Amino acid sequence: MEMLLSPANKEMGIDALIALIKVAVIFGALLVLFSLMTLIERRVLAFMQFRRGPNRVGWFGILQPAADGIKLFFKEEVMPEGAHKFLFFAAPVVAIITAYVALAVVPYGGPLVLPFYGQVSVLGRPLDIQIASLDVGVLFIFAVTSLGVYGIVLAGYASNNKYALLGGLRSSAQMFSYELALGMSWVSVIMAAGSFRLTDIVATTEQWGIWPWMILQSPAFIIYMIAACAEVNRTPFDLAESETELVAGFHLEYSSMKFALLQMAEYINMITVCALASNMFLGGWLSPLPGLLPNSPLWFFAKMLFLLFVFIWVRATVPRFRYDQLMRFGWKRLIPAVAIWVVFYSGLTAGFGERKSPPTTMAARVVAAPGVSR
Amino acid sequence: MILDVILFYGAAIVALASGLFVIAQRSPINSAFSLIVTMCSLAVMFAMLGSGFIAVLQVVVYAGAIMVLFLFVIMLLNTKQDEGDRGGGIGRAAMALGIILALQSMVVVWKGAETLPANQRVTTSADVARGLFSSPRFLYAFEATSILILSAMVGAIVVARKEKGK
Repeated sequence: MEMLLSPANKEMGIDALIALIKVAVIFGALLVLFSLMTLIERRVLAFMQFRRGPNRVGWFGILQPAADGIKLFFKEEVMPEGAHKFLFFAAPVVAIITAYVALAVVPYGGPLVLPFYGQVSVLGRPLDIQIASLDVGVLFIFAVTSLGVYGIVLAGYASNNKYALLGGLRSSAQMFSYELALGMSWVSVIMAAGSFRLTDIVATTEQWGIWPWMILQSPAFIIYMIAACAEVNRTPFDLAESETELVAGFHLEYSSMKFALLQMAEYINMITVCALASNMFLGGWLSPLPGLLPNSPLWFFAKMLFLLFVFIWVRATVPRFRYDQLMRFGWKRLIPAVAIWVVFYSGLTAGFGERKSPPTTMAARVVAAPGVSR
Repeated sequence: MILDVILFYGAAIVALASGLFVIAQRSPINSAFSLIVTMCSLAVMFAMLGSGFIAVLQVVVYAGAIMVLFLFVIMLLNTKQDEGDRGGGIGRAAMALGIILALQSMVVVWKGAETLPANQRVTTSADVARGLFSSPRFLYAFEATSILILSAMVGAIVVARKEKGK
């Protein structure tokens, strides 16, 4: 008992408790955001296609997601004959866990500073709106999202259905192909920041000024958005579930809550890539009019929501690729483009950039710099 | 520090159990899935040693890239179960070689444990390169791992090859 209550244990326990509370809050917020996204997507699509969309349940259809949820809860769970029972159950679980874990390292804002109050701290620890500030933040997201493909592959395999298997295979092949371009589009940002930590990247943006950063990194940003669109299987890259040829692809055999979980994983992944883009390329919580408007987590959410809107917009505008076109575009256009950008940017950095100090001192310097609020 | 202990034993038990499953399972897809779990729990251990970089690489390279390809191949070939063919003389030779290699790697781990402190932090890519290639002991373990992966790939080809007349 004495050992259990040692100061080190106590400190660790408090840290763990704070982290758990943060996890609970962010988990809940994301659930709400996910359910709102399903509604927003349907409403925006309807608006763009001159329809009305779901507007019966509640004010502007605001209760539609709840109605959908209740409906899915009471649907019958179907286990297809000859399915691999364990993997059939595991696939949605893997999908949803990887989708949520990736969001653990995304900073939603700097340290929480309230107007008229100042820095918020809990038990002597300054509170920042992020679950874990990892040294390898960007790589962590890359690792976890690359595990996310198992959810789809397993769902396709375990269903014991040709269409589902084809959907799963297509999707995994697509995700490998576009993961390359996705990862390489981060190189110029990481090179500029000298760190994988997302808060360091935002701090570098602040040093550069938000507009020069956004303009200089814009080629990488465009490539990132295209690759991310393919990575989360959205139209025009939704070959995995192209209804017209594969019925519904990998989630064909899923019903009830398992289906809901797969859908949810898809939306959470979409939120993840938009949150990441908001932090890496658009300056996160930094104000786009520095000096005029204060930095705030609201900016982060505004940028993220705008990117989510762009995804919906693209879905309403662009038709689906054919599979050979998808592969040709990924390997012969996107990857060469991003490779050229990386080499060009390295040349720029070597020619004009200042010498970067190692990441650890980088973080220290940013903290010490006057007038930098993180 | 009690949290560390819980996390360590949790990850260790999962790693050992799933490692056993890899060789005990009949269906290749279950083995592949168990191997993914093993790699992820190893990544947890690396992270607990303060080597976040290695932990993430473990997931990206092994669990993320290599195992996806393996799973892909297994699914495309749709091999449900092996037929219980133990391979006769070659099988026995392979078993003997396996036991020798297992003993050898135990010796390596034993010797290594004396000299390498567990909490030595390896975080940057330069540290990783230095650790791997400057001392022959780790180089041996590194190369042994590569051979292991190579043998797994050869195994996959053997499983995939269609026998004549079938």
